[in-house]
Amino acid sequence: MRLGLVIDLDTCVGCHGCAVACKQWNTSGTTGPLTDYRPYGRNPSGVWFNRIRHYEVGDYPNNKTINFPMSCMHCDDADCVTVCPTGASYKRKEDGIVLVDQDKCMGCNYCSWACPYGARELDREAGVMKKCTLCVDRIYDETLDEIDRKPACVITCPAHARYFGDFDDPNSEVSQLVRDRAGYKLMPEVGYNPTNTYLPPRLTRPIPTDDVRKDSLMTKVKDWTNKTITR
Amino acid sequence: MHPALSVIIFTVSSGAGYGLLMLLIGLHIFGFLPDMSENELLTGGIIGLGLVTFGLMSSTFHLANPKNAWRAFSRFRTSWLSREGLFAVLVYPFALLYLFGIWNSGVELNAFIQVTGFITIVLSLLTVFSTGMIYGCLKTIRQWNSALTPANYILLGLALGAMLLVALRVSFNGEVGLVASLTLVVLDIALIAKAIYYFWIRRVTGPTMNTATGFTRANVRLLDVGHTAGTFLTEEFGYIPAQGTVTLFKVLVFVLGFIVPGVIVFGMTGGDATSAMAWVALVSAFLGIGLERWLFFAEARHVVNLYHGAQNT
Repeated sequence: MRLGLVIDLDTCVGCHGCAVACKQWNTSGTTGPLTDYRPYGRNPSGVWFNRIRHYEVGDYPNNKTINFPMSCMHCDDADCVTVCPTGASYKRKEDGIVLVDQDKCMGCNYCSWACPYGARELDREAGVMKKCTLCVDRIYDETLDEIDRKPACVITCPAHARYFGDFDDPNSEVSQLVRDRAGYKLMPEVGYNPTNTYLPPRLTRPIPTDDVRKDSLMTKVKDWTNKTITR
Repeated sequence: MHPALSVIIFTVSSGAGYGLLMLLIGLHIFGFLPDMSENELLTGGIIGLGLVTFGLMSSTFHLANPKNAWRAFSRFRTSWLSREGLFAVLVYPFALLYLFGIWNSGVELNAFIQVTGFITIVLSLLTVFSTGMIYGCLKTIRQWNSALTPANYILLGLALGAMLLVALRVSFNGEVGLVASLTLVVLDIALIAKAIYYFWIRRVTGPTMNTATGFTRANVRLLDVGHTAGTFLTEEFGYIPAQGTVTLFKVLVFVLGFIVPGVIVFGMTGGDATSAMAWVALVSAFLGIGLERWLFFAEARHVVNLYHGAQNT
């Protein structure tokens, strides 16, 4: 079994809801708390397992905003695990989830140096490395309803841009999405073989604008007057 | 990369210590230092071990949770950091046995001194090589991911060790000609290797913002990084030194680290040396190599910066 996420860059609206849901669930989860520094101060910062960046792809007028959520990719060849000197970082054989044993970590930061995706963050208060657990304390919880046994970020996503599943099963939802939508991995050239896969934006036909009727002189004068008065 | 002072002190100090141990013991057990007294050998050995210990203790200051440091020896099959720790600890018993042999039976060579000395040299070399490989094995930092990284660590450790050996010989009024010539050779090779390294890292290669985001058929620009204040990632990896500082420090690395000590040591190859000359050369070399280590970290650009707006590393 190889569990991971599929993230649809076509529908992600960049609301940061997944990051907030992640923080809410995991701060009281197995690797919690996700410490905040200066939460009410001038420069609030803290530990997050999931971060969303926003990019502009292409040049105006053929440009597009892409919202880009990133968390641990649960790589097949995870160097963060092999470089760890204490054995605190490990990759589970049964489902491929990469985890940090909070009782063994000595906070040397070496695994975060080895991670190309910025998935690992040191908790400066606790002195240990923390990272996405793929909500391991949730997806196997049999006291939850079947429908709730998913990572918090996937459940909360209002745009339905996140999918969770087994990449080893060719008929799983995630495998089908990757096939149908030409899913791709980030930075393949560094050779980590990440599990998480991104779906590129769909090719859409541009909405034609040349048949839009031009404003009449009267409308133009009204618009100009309204603008001037508001100002 | 953020240049952490504890790691700079660690790599410079322990590198110099292992360099001194390797050269001192190597020259002794192969019979190149016939005039060396027991006191001089013991002093050199203790200084070497002292620098190593000082460096290793400094390295624990960058740990956020040092109470688990003892676990760092457990993953030597995969982790260069673990291997480095293991080799570093293994050096101690053999170095101490070697020094005990000298203290017990004098500088005359015997099988015990030669075997323990030789093992100390091999383990010291492996330790410094592992230190270099800690950085050299990271595919995320192109400036480090090269065979030049461990080569530079070994050569600069040997260069500082050779400078220490010169100072030791001068302090004990020993014959410096041979040691000074050897130091000059090591300094020259280290200088060439470092110059190749600086030349080599100028060429931009590796991942770009396009491959990092997967949009390889258009320009990609960062619109918003998604956080208002700094994060662990920006604090650890976002450090960018001013270009003027980098250029100035590079000049100082060559002047203080190689040229000044090289010229002084060249003046000693005839056999005449004063302790003032040796000390100036030693302090200058340590300052130069210290700046080299600062640059090694400051110039390294982690690929995570591509997600924070850098177009390439």
